[in-house]
Amino acid sequence: MFLAIRELSFARLRFALMGAVIALIAVLMVMLSGLSVGLVRDGVSGLQNLPVTSFAFAHDVQRDSAFSRSVVDLSAVDEWSAQPGVAEAAPFGNTLVNTRTDRGTEIDLALFGVQPDSFLSPSVSQGERLGTEDGIVVSPTALDAGLRMGDTVTIDRLGTRLRVVGVTEQQDTFGHVDVAYVPLAAWQAIKSGTAPGTALPQRAATEITAVAVRADDGKSVDLSAGDTAAGTESLTLKESYGASPGYTAETTTLQLIQGFLYAISALVAGAFFAVWAIQRKPEVAVLRALGASTGWVLRDALTQALVLLAAAVAVGVGIGLALGALITGSGIPFALSMPSISAAGVGLVVLGLIGAGAAVIRITSVDPATALGGNR
Amino acid sequence: MSSRPAPTASTASADDAPERLGLVMRAVSLRHGNAAETVQALDDVDLTVRPGELAAVVGPSGAGKSSLLAVAGGLARPDHGTVTVAGQDMTVPSRRTRTELRRRHVGFVFQSGNLLPALTAADQLRLPLRLGPRSQRSGRDPLELLADVGMADKAGRRPHQLSGGERQRVGIARALVTEPSVLLVDEPTAALDRARSHEIVQLLAHEARQRSVAVVMVTHDHDVLQYCDTVYEMVDGKLAASS
Repeated sequence: MFLAIRELSFARLRFALMGAVIALIAVLMVMLSGLSVGLVRDGVSGLQNLPVTSFAFAHDVQRDSAFSRSVVDLSAVDEWSAQPGVAEAAPFGNTLVNTRTDRGTEIDLALFGVQPDSFLSPSVSQGERLGTEDGIVVSPTALDAGLRMGDTVTIDRLGTRLRVVGVTEQQDTFGHVDVAYVPLAAWQAIKSGTAPGTALPQRAATEITAVAVRADDGKSVDLSAGDTAAGTESLTLKESYGASPGYTAETTTLQLIQGFLYAISALVAGAFFAVWAIQRKPEVAVLRALGASTGWVLRDALTQALVLLAAAVAVGVGIGLALGALITGSGIPFALSMPSISAAGVGLVVLGLIGAGAAVIRITSVDPATALGGNR
Repeated sequence: MSSRPAPTASTASADDAPERLGLVMRAVSLRHGNAAETVQALDDVDLTVRPGELAAVVGPSGAGKSSLLAVAGGLARPDHGTVTVAGQDMTVPSRRTRTELRRRHVGFVFQSGNLLPALTAADQLRLPLRLGPRSQRSGRDPLELLADVGMADKAGRRPHQLSGGERQRVGIARALVTEPSVLLVDEPTAALDRARSHEIVQLLAHEARQRSVAVVMVTHDHDVLQYCDTVYEMVDGKLAASS
């Protein structure tokens, strides 16, 4: 530490340039983390907020589009309710629709069809809960998009009119579309294309997208046994995120970019400290000749790398948070999550340290005798 | 921080005779190179330097002078022979042990000082005191020692802000700060003019005597030999007392 700190101060321009590169990577990492969390929230917050442990979809359904393709018979709900470890099971409908308000505002909605008296019926931050036949409870983000309490929206082509009666407590979106909770019967009519004033076909009245299952607290449900009994195919809540439109592609892309950034960070730190270690060889020879052990020299070099990386990442994260605060709420799917950012920051420091460690290890091979005889 | 007491005749037993507290090399040989081509860097070298004695080693380039310092300071292990500093065996196989012995008993003065660019003159002296375990961090007061070598007013300067002679003064003080038994000095006047050279070697002779340190100085500069107690000549790895 004695020498490390003094060298940081002495060669401050050199270290500042290196630190600036790491800080920029940290800024990018915060931005990517914000985008990741924002996209996940935009993609599946409607599912994340459901008090559900698993969904039972139609047997053999395509997993990445299960919410749009699955059709399950209502009778499967009873089968699932009877399974050991299941606290509650309820029908769940899901479909995306284009709507327009009476004021002419166009808005897309992800309709979640639920029974108003089931455990899936959402709490509201304003207005009233689900109950009336044509009443919908919407995500607060729908209000940002131009919807208002009491508005009536008309579903394109079908002409079904729904009235906004309540707003959920937190952002509920699905596939980047605002969620609107709708009574199951109304959802079935919309899903089956039944025009207003027309009787709902009997078959449509028994069809749902999936059975939403909530396990008893602390217990696990034998999903395969339930699937065998109900003729369904279950996905845990987390697995079901992959069935949200675009979710897997978006998260995989961002994770890949983040992975590359980690690798770049390690490489940049490794390259810098490799050059630094080569430049320091004569000094290290003098240190060793003066009686510094290999451990002392390594500790000093790694402390230097740690101080530089930690400071640069802290500055980068700070700048990233400031930029993120500007972006949040601008319409871009962006959300700052301190656990994610902290993990990314620690990851950058650790990987940078590994890169630096791989580089400075070469100083252990410096022969102290080279300090003699005018070798400098 | 206190000075190491100089050994006195009345306290010296057979086992801690004065020469034993300095540097003793017996029948030391060292070869460099591989099976195809080898160079006899040291050839059956015997050398004894007592505490307070300044011994000079002169000789042409490639004669083995740097190898002599490397072996004396435990930087290299000889193929044959024994080397003791303050009674400690400097030829033990463990590099870690040799490093520790070097830290405790040997001081090095390099050409041009070989100071670390990031450190001030005072920090150059503080550094050796911090290389060992906390329990072994004893030595002289760096600022007091800088004053002794005439550098008190330049304690806050870095190497690039010092002249060649000043750098060498700091280098000497750095070597003495851990209160070593033996000082190994490598061409201290190589980059200095005549006047500075004399100053530096006079300083070395003064410090060696005052602090009872055995000093081996490798040099090309015959002008400064007048300040040395003994002069050896090295040719092709062989060491002989100079005529």
